[in-house]
Amino acid sequence: MAVTNFDEYRDVFVVADTIDDVVHPVTYELIGQARRIAKELGQLVQVMLLGENVQTEAEELVAHGADIVHVFESPLLKYYTTDGYTKVLTDFFEDHKPNILLIGATNNGRDLAPRMSGRMQNGVVADCTILTVDTNEGLVEWTRPALGGNILAEIISPNHRPQMGSVRPNVFKKPERIADSWGRIQIEQFDLKPEDIRMKRLDFIPFSKDGYNIQEADIIVAGGRGMGSKENFDKLYELAEAIGGVVGATRPLVEKGWIKLPYQVGQTGKTVSPKLYLAFGISGAIQHVSGISGADTIVAINNDPNAEIFQHANYGIVGDCMEVLNDMLAHLK
Amino acid sequence: MELLVCIKQVPDTSEIKLDPETNNLIRTGLPSIVNPDDMHALEAALAVKDQYEGSRVTVVSMGPPQAEEALRQCLALGADDAVLVTDRAFGGADTLATSYTIASAIRHIQRTMNRQFQIIFCGKQAIDGDTAQVGPQIAEELGMAQATYACELSVDQAAQKAVVKRQHENGYEIVEVPLPLLVTATAELNEPRQPGLWSSIYAKRYTITHVTLRDMPHIDESRIGLNGSPTRVRKVYQPPLRGKVEMLPSIEEGAKKVLELAYHIKPEKFAHLLVPNDAPVEVAEDNDEGVDVKDPVQRAASVESVSPSEFKAVAAAKGDEGSKGGDR
Repeated sequence: MAVTNFDEYRDVFVVADTIDDVVHPVTYELIGQARRIAKELGQLVQVMLLGENVQTEAEELVAHGADIVHVFESPLLKYYTTDGYTKVLTDFFEDHKPNILLIGATNNGRDLAPRMSGRMQNGVVADCTILTVDTNEGLVEWTRPALGGNILAEIISPNHRPQMGSVRPNVFKKPERIADSWGRIQIEQFDLKPEDIRMKRLDFIPFSKDGYNIQEADIIVAGGRGMGSKENFDKLYELAEAIGGVVGATRPLVEKGWIKLPYQVGQTGKTVSPKLYLAFGISGAIQHVSGISGADTIVAINNDPNAEIFQHANYGIVGDCMEVLNDMLAHLK
Repeated sequence: MELLVCIKQVPDTSEIKLDPETNNLIRTGLPSIVNPDDMHALEAALAVKDQYEGSRVTVVSMGPPQAEEALRQCLALGADDAVLVTDRAFGGADTLATSYTIASAIRHIQRTMNRQFQIIFCGKQAIDGDTAQVGPQIAEELGMAQATYACELSVDQAAQKAVVKRQHENGYEIVEVPLPLLVTATAELNEPRQPGLWSSIYAKRYTITHVTLRDMPHIDESRIGLNGSPTRVRKVYQPPLRGKVEMLPSIEEGAKKVLELAYHIKPEKFAHLLVPNDAPVEVAEDNDEGVDVKDPVQRAASVESVSPSEFKAVAAAKGDEGSKGGDR
């Protein structure tokens, strides 16, 4: 809400993202950023941990930089629900007023953050990829991609507290674990009844086990239309296997049915941040490129020397994709 | 059933190109379209209308007068009514102020048109802002349950319930939610239909109702437009390009460079290449598991299963044996 007494709002709070009582990696990335912001503002890092049985996870959060972990345990919190999480969190924040509130921009986090902002009537910035601090005014500068990643917008929330944003997973590094970190774990009492939660989970169907999470890969071997045929494209799996990577693709290949949706990279697919991204036969449409801007190194392989992809790559190879691919495979034998 | 769809007219960002000279975005002259996810929201509403006779689909949009065009597209696909929420006072709003304005307009429509919406459909997110926030914020303002990231939906009018399959990063969650409900639609939910002849004629002739600030005397003016927005955009800029690309002189050089880069990330994958020509025989001799050294497949497998730390140890051991061999 719009506030006049800013001193009442203290500390950097992180809402832990849990899936069935297991903490999602984005939570640690958030704690790392919270630590940095808290240091600049001279404040504490407090983590909100909700679940059914999560106390052991609380110790891990302390080891990664939380000063205080508030633990909320109930069978009603085993799964994320909009109603349950919004109520418990916003009730707590009536007494413990956060200055800054970070939420992971997972599907659950992006369901939760706007709902909370509606209840608390504060500003919320979606899916941030850069966080900086204006120490003069004590403001977080939330930077986020818009227009499909074509522009970046820096957003502040000057007169409302908590300053809140959801932060994209896989953008920030996980902080180091320090075994003898000091931190307090507090078990919180709260009021939550079954009838407070309207949504009922009937089932959860995980993606097939032989699948992989392209967002966690260090090396991605990606193909575009320039691969020519499915047979050629399938050869990328051989290279990926040999160098310890996974295969991704552009949208047209998903539409052709050569590869499934979870492995599509780009604006309508996944945002990835591997150490190495190999773009085979990818023209470099902005919708694809916006999904790979977090990659450390991009190598583009294309037979068109004027392909747009070369503008976004660190290294370029002009030549037939299959020739390059076969040459690499030959070296690895 | 009374069904409401919230849509947004957006610039077609898939048409955005870089100026080849300046590398700046060319943002002018982009065609206006109905936000793609909103088309899936509309289709979902029309499917429920097809299922339950006597249902009505109302479409609402907030925007400048030219957003009427987007609403007419929805009418041509089969929506029954369209309302444009439009006023200069609503401009410059962030997601919270936008959702409050739309929610206020929805209350106004419910009152004046005497319909109680049981399901509100929104697209998952708009392609210009990409926030995915306005839907949940409308639901909160109206006190409704929400089911975001919907990729399957079945509605049971008698039980006043819906079952929704929601997309997650690692799977699908199936949930049951009571009505009234706000759903946000993904592209997986359905395939939007094509406009029909009679509905297209209806769309052309339809008079779209405008809802302005003056129509909503109960609205809290401190919560609308730029002044009612808690967030402020401080600056907007184009992400920097990656610096100058280094073009590798040949396919051979290129392939080598890529493997070099990969080696520094996953050295263990190259373990089988980092072996002196005569070494595999020596390693195999001491292997308790009895690998047949004459079989190259087995030999490769025995080396590939070595993890990076073990690899160092093996390499060191190999060195020892090499010198022993020399002594003999």
